[in-house]
Order: sequence, then C-alpha cells, then structure tokens
Amino acid sequence: MNNIFKISYRNLLRNHRRTLLTASLITLGVVFVLVYTALAGSFKSYMIGQITDSSMGHIQIHKKGFVASIENMPLDKNLNAKSLEFIEEKLKNSKYIQSYSYRIKFGGMFSNFVSSTSMRLTAIDPNSEFETLPALKGRFQNFDALEKGKIVVPELMAKGMKVKKGDTVVLVANNKNGSVNGINLKVEGVSETMSGPGGRDGYIHIDDAKKVLRIKGVEVSEIVIRLKDASMLEKAMKELSPILDKKNKSGKSAFELHTWKKLSPFYTIVKMLDLMNIAIQIILISIVLISILNVMIMSVYERIREIGTISAMGTPPKTIVKLFLVEGFLLGVFGAIVGAIVSLLIVQGLDMMQITYSFGRNSDLILEPVLAIKDVLVVSVIVVFISLIASISPAIKASKLDPVEALRSN
Amino acid sequence: MIEAKNLKKVYRVGELDLTVIDNFSLEIDEGEFISLIGPSGSGKSTVLNMLGCLDTPTSGALDINGNNITSLNTTQLANFRGEHIGFIFQSFNLIPVLTVYENIEYPLIMIQNLDEDERKERIERLLKEVGMFEQKDKTPDKISGGQMQRVAIARALVTNPKIVFADEPTANLDSKTAHMIIELMKKIQKEHNTTFVFATHDEKIVANVDRLITLEDGKIVEDRKVA
Repeated sequence: MNNIFKISYRNLLRNHRRTLLTASLITLGVVFVLVYTALAGSFKSYMIGQITDSSMGHIQIHKKGFVASIENMPLDKNLNAKSLEFIEEKLKNSKYIQSYSYRIKFGGMFSNFVSSTSMRLTAIDPNSEFETLPALKGRFQNFDALEKGKIVVPELMAKGMKVKKGDTVVLVANNKNGSVNGINLKVEGVSETMSGPGGRDGYIHIDDAKKVLRIKGVEVSEIVIRLKDASMLEKAMKELSPILDKKNKSGKSAFELHTWKKLSPFYTIVKMLDLMNIAIQIILISIVLISILNVMIMSVYERIREIGTISAMGTPPKTIVKLFLVEGFLLGVFGAIVGAIVSLLIVQGLDMMQITYSFGRNSDLILEPVLAIKDVLVVSVIVVFISLIASISPAIKASKLDPVEALRSN
Repeated sequence: MIEAKNLKKVYRVGELDLTVIDNFSLEIDEGEFISLIGPSGSGKSTVLNMLGCLDTPTSGALDINGNNITSLNTTQLANFRGEHIGFIFQSFNLIPVLTVYENIEYPLIMIQNLDEDERKERIERLLKEVGMFEQKDKTPDKISGGQMQRVAIARALVTNPKIVFADEPTANLDSKTAHMIIELMKKIQKEHNTTFVFATHDEKIVANVDRLITLEDGKIVEDRKVA
C-alpha cells in the first residue's frame, strides 16, 4: 500500500499546477465552511447564553399544565409547599445543578396614578435569581438592587407611562380566588428583553408578589435551574426525571420538566443556523465532488497508455483502482489539512481583532468565533470521504481499459 | 512452451465483422528468438497481443506453459502476465514519475510483491547487465531513447519471465542504438534462456533471429529456421 501512495503522490506532483489549483479549491471550500461555522457558532453561543443566563435558565420545573397556559399565567397551577419539598430534595442531590431559583409569575395592572396598563410580572428572590441567571442584571438599567417594595419596569413601558427611577407606582392584581388587591411600589430601574427595550415583563421581589396575591406560606409558579455545565443538559434531564414519577390525582405526572430548548422560540433560530450550516456543507461537498471528479477524469484520459502499460505488465485491475482512489484521497486530505490550518488562523485572527457587533439593545458585543475540534474533524472527514467517492468512477474506468486499446492510444 | 491452435480473431467494425487472424496455429519452444514479419495489416500485432495474453482470441486454443489461456478472466490474465510474460514496447512506455530504478522495481512491488533485499539484488544485477546502473536515479526524461529501451528491457526481465514479447522494439531508435539493443537482447536470451518474440520490420533484428515467421492477411505464409 505504501508504494501505491508513493506512486499516486508522484502522479499528483507531475501536474503540480493543476493539483495545486484543485487542492486550493477544496481548501477554499473548507475555509468557507469552517469560518462560517465559527462565526455562526459565536452568534449561536451568545444567543444561547442570553437565553439561559438572563431569562430561562437551563431547565424549568412547573406544575402539570402550567406551560400549556403560560400566556395567561394561571395562579391555580402553582407548586405548593409539599411539592416543593419533594422537588427540592431531588435538586439538592443532583450532581449537575449549580443553583436554582423560585419565581411567581402573574399578570397585573401597572398604574402611574394617571393611566394604567397590563403587565406580566416575574416575582423573584434576587439572591437566588441572580445566581441562577448571572446575565439578568445586565438587562436592567439604572438598577442597584431589587429590594422589597421595588419594581423594574420594561423600558418602553416606562417611557410611555413617563415613570423614572424613584417614582411611586401602583400594581393591582387578582389573586387566585378573584379578589383584587393593590400595592405601592417604587421604580428601581428599567429592563429590556433579549431583543430590545420592548416587552411587558416587569420584575418585583417575591415577597411583594405574595403580598399582592395574598399568598400565605409557600407557593411558586416555576423553578428555574442553572447547570454547572450547559452541555450536560440531557444527562441532567435524565437525572431529574424521577420528579416526573410523582403522580397527581388523575394518575398523570404531577409536574413537568422542560429544557430551555423546548421553552424558547429562539431555539428555532438556533436550528435555522444549524440548517444553514448543513446547506453550506452541501455546497462544499459539491465543490469537492466536481473538482476531484474533473481532475481524476483528466488524469485517466492523459494516462491511458500508461495504464495500458502497467496493465500489460500484469497489474491487476484492483491495484489500478487503488492507484486512482489514493490520488483522489490524497487531494482531499491535502485540501482538508491546509483548509483546517488556514481556517484556524483566520478564526484566531478574527478573535484577536475583537470585532464588535450589536444585537437588539446590546451593542459592542464582541465576536468570539471558536473552531471546535469536532467541526474541523467532521468537515475533514466529509471532504476526504467525498474525494474518495468522486474518484471511484474514474478509477473503475481506468481499471476496465482494454490494455490493447490503451497501449495504442497516444 | 507456447501452443496456439486454430486461433481466430474477429473484430467488429460498425456493422462488419473483420477477420484479422484465421486458422492460426503455431508452436514455440523455450529459448527461441523469433521474429514475426509481414506488411502492415498482416496481423503481427494481433498475434503478438494474443500470444502475450493481452487480447483473447475469438476462437481456438492457446496453451502457455501448460496453462489454458482462453479460460482465464481479466484478473487471472493480468496475474498470468505478471508471472510469466514480459513486454517491450516501441515507445518504451516507462512511467515518467518513477526513476530508472523504480521503473524496474514497479512489477516486483505491484505485481510480485517481493521483499526489499531480493528486489534490490535483482534490480542492481539487471541494471548492470543492461548498462544503466549509473543512471539508476534519473527519471525517464533525463535519459536517451536507447537508454530508455535498456531500462524497458530490464523491466521486462525483472520478474524472470519465460517469454518476452517485443512490438517493434527498435523502431524509435537510431541504427547504432538499435544494434546495441538487439545485441543486448540476444545476450540475455542466451544467458537466461528466455524466449523472445518480436513483431518487427527491422532488418537488423531479422538478421539475428533463430526463426522467422512471415504473416500475410492473418495467415502464416512462411515459417523457417535461420541458421
């Protein structure tokens, strides 16, 4: 086999300009795919980071039926003290969980004494919430701390209602029995959603929620969980699955467990980025396929008499197939290796240049492209594999040449 | 050694069946130095290709060293050629990307799979025999036509074939070089008892052979021993 490699390698060098051109084309394709993957990966990891670190956490637990009616934020689908005791025991014993936080979600009317508007409220325990969602504070502006009696208002709503930090506002809400209650709160800051200053999501302290909703004891709408390692999502879900074993009166699971992927609409964007990646890989495959096929067909035509000679000497057809397959293989390997090296250099360069971009309200986000070894390997394997596939037909053609005919050609 | 009986070769050209060789029978003994002569189109190359197992006859029987050639498939034919037959071509047909040494080494690696020591011993002996030892690291484009044919002879002999077929081996050489090549082949034939079969027009070869077979329209018209 070594000798087949040696001869194939020399055959590639005999037309070094063409070999270089073909290999460069493959290299270019590989670079294109890998740099795109790294850039898309940077954007994707920023998006996922924003989703998990400032809004959803990695995993959420609710009472059965809460997610289905999440838009109306039902108060009758809250977790009670007994449920929490059961779940908490599982959470504390988990080896994947970094921290978790309790929230009460409800709808209310927000009033500045002149006009009022509806608001979706997330009531949090600031200590555990900021630990579980480390990027949440970054979405609050003019913000010091969310103490009791304070509210963080969505930015555009604050503008529209003309309220600013320190202003007193009223929050009115129905509790689960239908009775109305209201409390005075002081504006602590403004918030924005991931995609900008809009939205209707305000934040208050969990104790204020209990006060306005007249909740006695412990009651929670959702538990937000942060994992030590985001890549352990599936394992953590499996570990937490005994939570689902608890049945309610109708014999179904009493709780529901969701990953951020199930809950966030942004996951479809992530999937779209992955889909585009596949599309670009298909373009790469076409480039490799066509260029290798082209160069191999030319090689066979140029060397017909030589093939006749080695065939006359007694080279078995199988060996002739191998000679041409190895030629295509070497072209693919060369293109993949050089492509990977150039891509690593470009990605390193882009990383060092600290290019900034903006998304929603967040400007000066730094592009941090990272090339995962896995991506490099996948792309390289695809390129080499396709190079082999493209060489099959010319190689078989070469092996089937009639030696008499082949020796007669010029 | 070679026994051909009633060989027939028909080529299909468009709608027509063209019989190039018909009722061709021939016996060749070990160590003979034979020339096939005849005008263009007389079927010399076709006979050479069939006897050399490059082409299969349409009908008839061909036996070489006790092997029934007509029953072999493509791969078996290739293996048979690799084991028993050597070829020398008019245009030398060396592999341009390999050095002189590697060109001779090629059949030993790709076909006979010999170990390195044995290869080296055999190749160096042949290189000295054909007078190309000094040029062994040059590629074919760095040597003359006569030198290329010497290398081709060494390549044809390196597998220790019983028979060597040569199609116009001197046609691309000047007369002095052609003469040296013929002398070389004659010497090798004597030393190794290798059978040589030529298809040629070259008077110099004809003058040196043991047996002369004249072909016309695909038939043997004369088969005589030369003293």
